[in-house]
Amino acid sequence: MSEFLVKPDFPYCKGCGHHQVARNTVRALEALERRPLDVVLVTDIGCQGIVDRNFATHTVHGLHGRSVALGSGIAMALPSDKEVVVFIGDGGATIGLQHLLEAARLNVNVTVVVHNNMLYGMTGGQPSGLTPHGFRTVITREGSPYPHHDICQLVHQAGAPYARRILGLGDFSGALEEALAVEGFALVEVLELCTSHALKMNPDLRLRQLAEEAGYEPGVWTGEERPAFELSDGASHESLVEPERVRETEVHDDSPLQDRFSLILGGSAGEGAQRAAELLVEAAMASGLHATKKGSYPVTVGVGFSTAEVILSRDPILYHGIAEPDAVMITSDDGLAHNWERIEAMKSGSVWIDESLEAPETGADVRVRDFRGRAGARNAAIYSLLTMVGETEVITPEALIGVIRQSSIAEYVPEQLLKEAGS
Amino acid sequence: MGRSMDGRARRGTALVDGSRLITESLARAGADAYIGYPITPASLIYGYASQRFPAILPAPDEITALQWMAGLAAAGKLPVSATSFPGLALMTESVNMAVMMELPMVIVLVQRLGPSTGTATAGAQDDLRFLYGMVSGGYPVPVLGIADIDDCWSLPPVALQTAVDLRTPVVLLTSKEMVMTERSFDMNRLGEVRPVSRRTYDGAASYRPYEADQKGVPPFLPVGHGAHQVRMTASTHDQDGLLRHSTDEALANTRRLPAKVKAGTPPLYHLEEPEHPEALVVTYGITSGAAREAVRMLQQEGLKISLLVARTLIPVLGAYYTILDRYLERELPVIFAEENLQGQFAAMLFGERLPDGVRFVGDIGHMVTPDAIVREVRR
Repeated sequence: MSEFLVKPDFPYCKGCGHHQVARNTVRALEALERRPLDVVLVTDIGCQGIVDRNFATHTVHGLHGRSVALGSGIAMALPSDKEVVVFIGDGGATIGLQHLLEAARLNVNVTVVVHNNMLYGMTGGQPSGLTPHGFRTVITREGSPYPHHDICQLVHQAGAPYARRILGLGDFSGALEEALAVEGFALVEVLELCTSHALKMNPDLRLRQLAEEAGYEPGVWTGEERPAFELSDGASHESLVEPERVRETEVHDDSPLQDRFSLILGGSAGEGAQRAAELLVEAAMASGLHATKKGSYPVTVGVGFSTAEVILSRDPILYHGIAEPDAVMITSDDGLAHNWERIEAMKSGSVWIDESLEAPETGADVRVRDFRGRAGARNAAIYSLLTMVGETEVITPEALIGVIRQSSIAEYVPEQLLKEAGS
Repeated sequence: MGRSMDGRARRGTALVDGSRLITESLARAGADAYIGYPITPASLIYGYASQRFPAILPAPDEITALQWMAGLAAAGKLPVSATSFPGLALMTESVNMAVMMELPMVIVLVQRLGPSTGTATAGAQDDLRFLYGMVSGGYPVPVLGIADIDDCWSLPPVALQTAVDLRTPVVLLTSKEMVMTERSFDMNRLGEVRPVSRRTYDGAASYRPYEADQKGVPPFLPVGHGAHQVRMTASTHDQDGLLRHSTDEALANTRRLPAKVKAGTPPLYHLEEPEHPEALVVTYGITSGAAREAVRMLQQEGLKISLLVARTLIPVLGAYYTILDRYLERELPVIFAEENLQGQFAAMLFGERLPDGVRFVGDIGHMVTPDAIVREVRR
C-alpha cells in the first residue's frame, strides 16, 4: 500500500471513475516524491468527498461547493512547499464557481481536481452546471436542454496558469503530476460516468463518445506564468492610535458652556460640512469639553446633503443622540431639505440659515445670515460655525479660530473672515 | 508632552471612532489576517485594517470571506472580519462549519437597521436572536457585546482569546452608532493589550484532532503540520476527525461543543445596584449609554434604580437570572432597553411571554432615548 494511503479500498461504487482519480492522485504525489504530511487534501461534499479517510495526508472535509475557497485559505497560510489538493465534483464546481474563478484570478497555490461525472451522484443524479446538452438525468429525462459550463475555459479566462481536461480512463497520473508541479493555481477536469445514475438514464453511453458529442474535448489551457499568491510577510503596520495617526488636543482654552449643547450642521457634499464640524469639536476639546460628532450623507457620498451632528458637553457624553437640537446651521438647499422636518419640529433653540434659503415654520429662533455670499460655497460651513460661536457662549471664537489656523483648511479660509470672527 | 506615573508619555484627547479602537486592539491582540468584504456600516473597520493588519485579503463575497478565514484558521492563523447582517447571513453556513471544525476566528458584527437591506446607515440592535439560533441545533457561538467606547479597546482581545481558548468563532457585537460616531477620547485610557496566548499540542502520542482536554477543548495543531496528521471535517465526526454517522464517540464529540462554550466563555457584565433598589434596567450594546443616562436622571430625582449592562450575551449567563430573580421575586419592575421592536435580549432570557414585572422599551431607526427609558421606569 502507498504511504499516502491508510486504507487501500476506496469507498466508491464498482466501476466509478472516482477510483481512477484517487489512484492517479496517489501515483502523481509519489512520482513527485512528496511526503504525506506535506499534502493537505481538501474534499468537497459529494461522493468524491468521502475518500479522505483513505488518505494518510492531512485531510479537511468542508461544505458543498466551498472546498476551493477553504483550500485557498489553507494554501494562503502555508509555505509553498506544502501541497493543497482540492477534490470537488461538478455539482460543487457549479455552486462554488465563484471560488474557482477567484482562486484562479489570485493564482492561489492549489491544485483542483474536478470529478466531472456530469450530475449530482450523491443526491440521486440531478443535473449540474456541467451536465451537457442532451444528457439524460432523473430531472431532465428527455435530455438536458442547456449547454454545460466549460470549467477549464472559465478558469483559464480568469487567469489560471494551468487547466486541463482529460478522460478519466487508465493512467492519467502524468496530467495530475503536471498540475501539481504548477506554482499557483491548476485545475484538472476528469470526465467520468456515474455508474449508478448516468448509465441508468443513458444506457448505451460511452465516455469517449459522450465527450466528443458534448464538445468536452480533452485539452490543456496554459496561461501566462505569474507569481503564485503570497500572504504578506506578517509584518504589522503602524499603530492606528499613535500620536502621529490621531490629532491629539491639549486643553488650552476654557468654555463658558456648563452643560450640554447639540448642533446640526446641514450643507451640501463637497462643501466641507463634516470637516467644519470636526474643527468645532476639536476646538471644544481644546476648551475642556467632551464631544461627539457623526456624519450623515446619501450612499452616493459625492452629491446631495451632508449633515453633521455634534454634541458638546461639560460632562462625559453617555448618550450621543439628539432629540431636539440647540442649534441648526443650514448653509445650502440640500442641507435644508435634509433637515426640514427637524427644524419644523423644534420648539426652542436657534436656526442659522443662509439668506438665499427660507426656513420652515418653527418654534426656533431663526437667524438669517449671508454664509454663501460672504464666504463662498467652500467656506460657508466653517463660516456658519464662526458665526454661531460669535453669537453664543458655547466656546470662544478664539478657540475655533486657533484650530482653523492650524488645520489643513487654513490655506483657503480668507483671513478677513477669521479676523471678523475674532473681533 | 508630560509623563504619567508609569513612565508612559502623557497623551492628549483625540477624536476617535470605535472602528479605530476595535481594529488596533485586535491587531495588538494577535489577529493576523483581516478578510474583508465591504458593507456599510462595517467598512470603516475594513479600511483601518488595511492600514494596520499584517495581512489583508479582499474577498469577492462573504461566503468566500468566511471560507478563507476557516482555511487560514485551520492552518494556524487568527483571522478577523467585520460585517453587517446581510453579510452575516451569507457567512452563516460557513460559521456552522467553523463551529464543527473548531476553528478560532472573530467576526465583528456591526448592526444596522433591517429587515433585509433595511437602512444601511441607521444603527440597530436587530441581530441577537439570529445569532442565538445561528448554528443548527442551537449550539452557542460566544457573542460579546460592546457597550461603550472603552469596550472597543478592551473587548477585542477577550474575543480573540476566547476564540483561541475555546477553538470557536466569536462574534463581537456592535452597532453603526458605536463604530462610526467620533468621540473625544482621552488617549491615556488605552491600557496595554497583550497578544493572546496560544497553546498547541505537544504530546508524544499520535495527535487525535478532536480528543478534548479536561476543559472540553481539543489541543490545536494546524493542517500541514510536519509531524502529525491533522484531520478536520464539518460533518459529524469522531476524535480522529473522520466522518461518522452517529456513533457514540461522534455524538459525544458534538455534545461537547455547547458544553465547552457554556463553561469557558468569560462572564462579562456590569451591575450597578444601590441599596434598596426600586427597579432594574437591563441593557446591552449601543443602548447602554442611554440606559446609564436614564438611570442617572432617575437617581437625580431620588429614585433608586439598578442597571445591568450585559456584555456576554451568548451563552446566556446564569448570573443574569440570579440578578433578575432578586427583583421579580420582590415584584420590582425590570425594564429591558434595546434598539429593536421585539425585545430580543428579553425574549432570549424569557421566551415570547415575559414574566409579570418585566417590561420592554425599544425603538427602530433611532437609538432608544434616555427619556423613553425614564418614562418606562416611571410607568
